[in-house]
Amino acid sequence: MSSPQLIVVGTSAGGLAAMQVLLPGLSEMFNCPIVIAQHRGKEQGSGLSQFLQKSCRLPIVEPEDKAPIEAGRVYLAPGDYHLLVEKGHFALSTDAPVWYARPSINVLFESAADAYAETAVGVILSGANGDGARGLAAIKARGGTAIVEEPATAAYRAMPEAALQATTVDRVLPLAEIPSFLNMLCQSSERGVR
Amino acid sequence: MSAVQVEVEQLVDIEIQLLLEGMFRYYGFDFRNYAPASIKRRIHESMREEGSETVSAFQDKVLHDAACLERFLNRLSVNVTAMFRDPSFYLTFRTKVVPLLRTYPFVRIWHAGCSTGEEVYSMAILLLEEGLYERCRIYATDISAEVLRTAKEGIFPLASMQEYTANYLHAGGRHSFSDYYTAHYDNVIFDTALKRNLIFSEHNLVTDSSFNEFHVILCRNVMIYFNKALQARVHSLIYESLTMFGVLGLGNKESLKFTPREESYDELDPRDRLYRKVR
Repeated sequence: MSSPQLIVVGTSAGGLAAMQVLLPGLSEMFNCPIVIAQHRGKEQGSGLSQFLQKSCRLPIVEPEDKAPIEAGRVYLAPGDYHLLVEKGHFALSTDAPVWYARPSINVLFESAADAYAETAVGVILSGANGDGARGLAAIKARGGTAIVEEPATAAYRAMPEAALQATTVDRVLPLAEIPSFLNMLCQSSERGVR
Repeated sequence: MSAVQVEVEQLVDIEIQLLLEGMFRYYGFDFRNYAPASIKRRIHESMREEGSETVSAFQDKVLHDAACLERFLNRLSVNVTAMFRDPSFYLTFRTKVVPLLRTYPFVRIWHAGCSTGEEVYSMAILLLEEGLYERCRIYATDISAEVLRTAKEGIFPLASMQEYTANYLHAGGRHSFSDYYTAHYDNVIFDTALKRNLIFSEHNLVTDSSFNEFHVILCRNVMIYFNKALQARVHSLIYESLTMFGVLGLGNKESLKFTPREESYDELDPRDRLYRKVR
């Protein structure tokens, strides 16, 4: 497994609860940027990131256009924009919603596959539709790593199931085990162990 | 990743460069400095729509079929927006910019990259309610003739009106939003009184130069599609087109921070991305 340079996470219904398991479990030594696309309303403002910050040791940021992507931060896609990554920085778009969602998980994941190839890690959590499946398949096709929440324990299983149908994944894990797996992935890269 | 996969991806990137180079050399439309992630996405969406298997096959259609070019340009220029998008922007415009505009006998506003016009009509309504509309001219421009046709008509889907009404009220609207339009089947048409001082015309931010001096320039969620070099160019164009102490309005997640023009402006309102040219 290549050392990860970018982790992208997608979730929809049930995502808020899932975040509150994922985020507190991340080590403060986490040395890889994490970018989250969570389906959300159009409202602007930092309410959601402030709420999530309470349960996260790493700083949570809603990125501006062209902002650099830095390790040790959690980035949250802002409402009413698609969030895309290019090598080293973010790019936003107001193209039409995908699967009725803006931010869309597929848009973020496909851009991550394109810019980060085998160093991208995609994580699909709870959700009630099929967004993210195509994006996770794109990450796998470019040699990246795919992780899916175990559908049986997910609050809403449709999104993990769609992802599992779309591609062969590296790990299917109960939500509670995903943060420690991500910690391990990043630590091993820190020590240069593959 | 297999070597073949790497080569396929590199080939796609080469094909995209050739497509954009061809469009520039043949038609003069310069998309070469657009942000790569979003233009790639838009090219792939257009390819699906046109039934093209490869970027090269798509390039063939774009260079030889004017209707295909028009559809592609349309996709590249549609910024899917809403009336009173980001209501707090309009509310802040009322409280912080309108008082400045009252001091001018005549106000020229440039809405650069107006897409299908939702935000132009929003500004017209705001200015009308503030009693400023008669002394204003709004120059609304876009690269695409197609989106400008929609913008000029002022016809929008009835289904959107519930959302727009909520936005209008949050933006400080003072009347009943439905006073401004007439419903007709599935659409509404906006009052012709709103169009009196609107001037729609084609303008390409990438290749065209400044065409007037303005008191207000709105360029919201347009430059997010450009790479940093092109953003810098457009910021120079905006700077040159803005009168001293003129106001610049950007999108919610755009800032002057990563541009060379940061020092030329003061923040009027950092949250709603309103800036004033001061040097």
